[in-house]
Amino acid sequence: MGKTISEKIISEHVGRDVRPGEFVVARVDVVMAQDGTGPLSVQELKKMDMERVFDKRNSILFIDHASPSPRKELSNAQKLLREFSKKTGAFLSDVGEGVCHQRLVEDWVNPGNLVVGADSHTCTSGALGAFSTGMGSTDIALAFALGKVWLKVPETYKFIVKGKLPDGVYSKDIILHIIGKIGADGATYKAMEFEGDVIENLSMSSRFTITNMAVEAGGKTGLIGTDGITKSYLKKRGRGNKFREIKSDSDANFEKLFEIEANKLEPLVSFPHTVDNVKGISNIEDVKIDQVFIGTCTNGRLEDLRIAASILKDKKRHPDTRLIVVPASREVFLDALREGLIEIFLQAGAAVESPGCGPCVGIHKGVLADGEIVLSTQNRNFEGRMGNPEGFIYLSSPATAAASAIEGKIADPRRYLK
Amino acid sequence: MNSIISGKAWKFGDNISTDHITPGRYFHLRSNLEELAKHVLEDADPSFSSKVKAGDIIVAGRNFGLGSSREHAPRVIKIAGVSCIVAKSFARIFYRNSFNIGLPLLVSNTEEIDEGDNLKIDLEEGKIEDETKGKILTFSPLSPFMRKLIEDGGIEEHVKKHGDFKIK
Ligand code: SF4
Repeated sequence: MGKTISEKIISEHVGRDVRPGEFVVARVDVVMAQDGTGPLSVQELKKMDMERVFDKRNSILFIDHASPSPRKELSNAQKLLREFSKKTGAFLSDVGEGVCHQRLVEDWVNPGNLVVGADSHTCTSGALGAFSTGMGSTDIALAFALGKVWLKVPETYKFIVKGKLPDGVYSKDIILHIIGKIGADGATYKAMEFEGDVIENLSMSSRFTITNMAVEAGGKTGLIGTDGITKSYLKKRGRGNKFREIKSDSDANFEKLFEIEANKLEPLVSFPHTVDNVKGISNIEDVKIDQVFIGTCTNGRLEDLRIAASILKDKKRHPDTRLIVVPASREVFLDALREGLIEIFLQAGAAVESPGCGPCVGIHKGVLADGEIVLSTQNRNFEGRMGNPEGFIYLSSPATAAASAIEGKIADPRRYLK
Repeated sequence: MNSIISGKAWKFGDNISTDHITPGRYFHLRSNLEELAKHVLEDADPSFSSKVKAGDIIVAGRNFGLGSSREHAPRVIKIAGVSCIVAKSFARIFYRNSFNIGLPLLVSNTEEIDEGDNLKIDLEEGKIEDETKGKILTFSPLSPFMRKLIEDGGIEEHVKKHGDFKIK
């Protein structure tokens, strides 16, 4: 019997054929932690007297969550990471360089890699045909030192997205639709593979948005087989030689198959406080918005900023709606600057913040007041996520977010398409 | 280790996220787990940390622990004294994090357990006895590796003991 992408990659990293359900010990290629989870990894390594990394360039610490640090406790935690990097040679991606998952796909992950990170959205890299999954600080501490992890080989669910995406509907709407359909635990423990003609025609940026949110359905990873688009992305990033074809075999075993008709989709919004609480824009009436946030590892890439800027050009945000824009990485910021997008955002009345997670994790740069409503392009909307359990978080594509910033309420982006 | 766990049940609903357990606004306390534990589950039940006693058991609905990878979540639950979590299902990262730190999680139909019930769990036998109701429930058997993690007291002790991951 053939293998799925996950089974292929894990088999290669275990050194024998593995099957779903098995517990295995696998070699890893890339290991990372961020400033929220890394300090605990470092403390555990100190405790175990194992302060070392298996591979310097591929053991990475990202300072992105509280970046730059808003308070001394976090500054001290970040100092711990910088010292660990000095001591062990682990790679440090410091303040201003960007969100871990965006940085990983920019400069690290290649098809066929096994990637583990102390961050749940590590599944993002799966769009490059890598098995990439989130774990805890202790798992990652041991992976830094030993270069391996224990894993249960997952079963795979396949999602085939067919047809043609209507104008104003984006990959964010596809993944919100899928999560709305199967639920926030609809794919728990499973690898989620995405294919079909719609996926084949998506840019890498749009594909990352989909795999980024696999964990919001409980998935262990999100995966997309590699193709010409993967190849040209890697080539542009100076890693053309790292391209390899990796796809599931035609006789691989998928535990479940889902088919999605793209033609029928419309812009979607996830309502508080669970990601699977999804509604179509045509069924949404008058939801006033206090703040719009465009950014994060889900939708803070150049393509996202271009879409938002095309809607906001020569317009102003609604006077009662604050607009915050955070490019996902320094490179995205630079490109957006060169293309004039940052100027469009500033003219529209936005606060543009330095690359990183921004207000997504509820520490700084846009914490809500009691009872306030935010529309964000991020990936989750749990109570308290953005720093205040009395706040309400709605999720959408960058286009819907931009249109809503103009109207001051949840708005259909299709009215603004040129 | 002792395979019998007994304690009082604290009941929670479906989809309790790591943001409920360890809210983002306490991000700065992550390097101070004892302090962070004073806010455990605050966004699901603000008074939980003052009520919970050593040995108590969390009983929940579906998808407990969804959300972020923060291992701080199961750690503060353990620091607060909780000996075990029984739920209809668990989110994946929370599941492995808990076993990695030696906190057992059991999957069972928790419908009939009420808050305040006294539970006696036999990990060996796979049984949950609701002593208050005089009822016996079963839980899905733990895989041998998860059992070993609990016996060894977590992944760090496991690696110390065996010098590596010992799956078989
Ligand atoms: S942007 Fe948000 S979801 Fe992404 S890594 Fe940062 S905090 Fe996590």
